[in-house]
Amino acid sequence: MPFDSPLTANPAPARGEEILLEVTGLSSSYGPVRAIHQADLHIYAGELVAIVGGNGAGKTTLLHTLSGLHPVSSGHIQFAGQNITRWPPHRIVAAGICQVLEGRQVFAPLSVEDNLRLGAYRQHRDLAWVRQETEHVYTLFPILAERRQQLAGTLSGGQQQMLAIGRALLGRPRLLLLDEPSMGLAPLLVEEIFQVIVELNGRGVTILLVEQNARAALAIARRGYILETGRIAKTAPAAELLADDDVRRAYLGY
Amino acid sequence: MRLAGFYLFAALVALLPVLFPDNYFVIVIGASAGLHVILAVGLNLLMGYAGQISLGHAAFFGMGAYASAILTTRFGWPSLLALAAGLVATGAIAWLLARPILRLRGHYLAMATLGFGIIVHVIMVQATRWTGGPDGLAGIPPLNLFGWSVEGDLQWYGVIVAAMLLALWLALNLVDSQVGRALRAVHGSEFAAQMMGVDTGRAKTQVFVVSALFAAFAGSLFAHQQAFVSPDSFNLTISVELVTMVVLGGMASTFGAACGAIALTLLHQGLVVFEDYEMLIHGALLMAVMIFLPQGLFVGLSQGAQRLWVTLRQES
Repeated sequence: MPFDSPLTANPAPARGEEILLEVTGLSSSYGPVRAIHQADLHIYAGELVAIVGGNGAGKTTLLHTLSGLHPVSSGHIQFAGQNITRWPPHRIVAAGICQVLEGRQVFAPLSVEDNLRLGAYRQHRDLAWVRQETEHVYTLFPILAERRQQLAGTLSGGQQQMLAIGRALLGRPRLLLLDEPSMGLAPLLVEEIFQVIVELNGRGVTILLVEQNARAALAIARRGYILETGRIAKTAPAAELLADDDVRRAYLGY
Repeated sequence: MRLAGFYLFAALVALLPVLFPDNYFVIVIGASAGLHVILAVGLNLLMGYAGQISLGHAAFFGMGAYASAILTTRFGWPSLLALAAGLVATGAIAWLLARPILRLRGHYLAMATLGFGIIVHVIMVQATRWTGGPDGLAGIPPLNLFGWSVEGDLQWYGVIVAAMLLALWLALNLVDSQVGRALRAVHGSEFAAQMMGVDTGRAKTQVFVVSALFAAFAGSLFAHQQAFVSPDSFNLTISVELVTMVVLGGMASTFGAACGAIALTLLHQGLVVFEDYEMLIHGALLMAVMIFLPQGLFVGLSQGAQRLWVTLRQES
C-alpha cells in the first residue's frame, strides 16, 4: 500500500493538549431503531482521528449527529468549551465544525467558483480571508483552478471530492469532519486525497475522518475508533489498531 | 454587463407603445402580461431557485387585490396606503405560514399549499360582508400616486411596466446575492446547504415571504387596474397557471419565468379565436413544450440558438 513510511509519522500526544471535541454517552435513533449507542469519544486540537467500521455501523449517523443534521437522543457534545448538544446545524458550522458529506454533494448546477463561495457563506464579510483561502484551495487542488468556471456537476468523482473538501475549508473549520472521502474513487485518487488530508492536518486543521477503507484511514490517523453496530468497540493509537489481530481480520482482510 | 439583458428588455417594453401607437392589443395585453411577469418572477424565486413548490400562489395575489379593494372602497384609505397595508398583511400571513408549511417536501408541500389556496378562495366567496362574495367588489377607485391618478390603458401600461421592471431588477439582484446562493444551495441539497452554515429554515421562510410579496404587489395593481375584484381571478386554476408559466419559461431563470408569463398570456389571447378548442390546443402546446424543450422555452430556445450559431460558424 502507498500509505506507508512518511505519512505514518503520528506524533505522540503532547502533554497539556487542549480537548477540542468531547462526546459523552451519545445516542441517536431513527424512530425506534437505535443507530448510535452510548458513544464516548474525544479529539485533541490538531489531531487526525479516524473512525472505521463496516457498512451500517453508524459512521455517517454519528457524524450527522455531531453536526446537528440528525437529532441527539441523549448524551452530551462539548466543542471548544461550549455545550453544542442540540444546536441547529448552522450554529454548529458557525462554531467551527465543517462536514464534508458522504457522496460529495456538490451543488451540481453551480460553477466550481460558486460552490467555493457558498462554502464561505458564513465568512463572506471577511473578503480578504476568503480570497486568500480560495487561492489556497486552488493550490491544494490545481485542477479546480483550471475548471473554476465549469459546472460542478460535470466534474469527475475525484474532482468533486476535492471541491467538497475545498468548500468545507472555506467554512474556516476548527474541526473538519470527512465522511468517506475515498468512496468510489480510483486508488491513485484516494492516495492524492489522503495526502491532502495529511497536509491539511499538518497545517493545524483538526480532522475526524470516517472511513470504510480502514487501512488507508488508520495509516494516516494518530488514533482510531472502531465502530460496530452503533457502539464504539475499540479505541487505540492507529498503529496499534493496524497491528491488532481482530481488527486485521475484520477490517483489513488478511 | 450582468444586467445587460435587463436594460435591453426595459428598452423594448418602453418602445412598444411608440412602435404600436393606439394599439389595443399591445397596450392592454402588455399590461396583463406585465402583471403575470411580476407573479411568475416572484414564484420562480421560490420554485426555480429554492426548489419549493407552491400550488396556492393565487391566494397571495388575491390577498393583495382584496386588501386594496376593501381598504379603499369600504374605509376610504388612500390607494398607496392600502397597497402598503396589503403588502404588510400578506407578508405577515406568509411568514406565519412558512415555518410549518416549508418543513414539508415534494408532494406534501404541494398538497399543503393547494389547501391554503383553497381556504383563501373559500373565504373570498363566503365572507360576503367583507368581500362581496361571489359577486366581488366593484367601484375600486383608481390608483393615486402622489396626486397623479392613473387612468386609461396607456397610463396603466406605463405603471405596470415600471412595476414589472422593478420586480425583475429586484429578483435579478436577489438571485445574485448571498441569499440567492443560499437558496440555490437549499435547492441542490438541504444537508449540504446546512453544512455551509445556511439556516435553511430561515432561508426558505424569507424566500416564501418575498415571493408572496411579489404576488400581493401584483394583486394590488390588478385590483386598481380592473376597478373590480372577484374570487374567480384567484382560484386554483390561476395558481396552476402561475406554476405553468414558471415551468414553461424555464425554472431557475428570472428571464425564463418572465418569458413563460408573456408566452402564456399571448397564448391565451391567440387561442380565443378557436373558442371551444382553446383549452385543447392550450394543453397540447404545453405538452409539446415539456416533451421537446424540457428546460423550458427560454433556456431551451437560447441553447438551441447557441448550437445553431456554432454550427453555422463551423460551416462557413
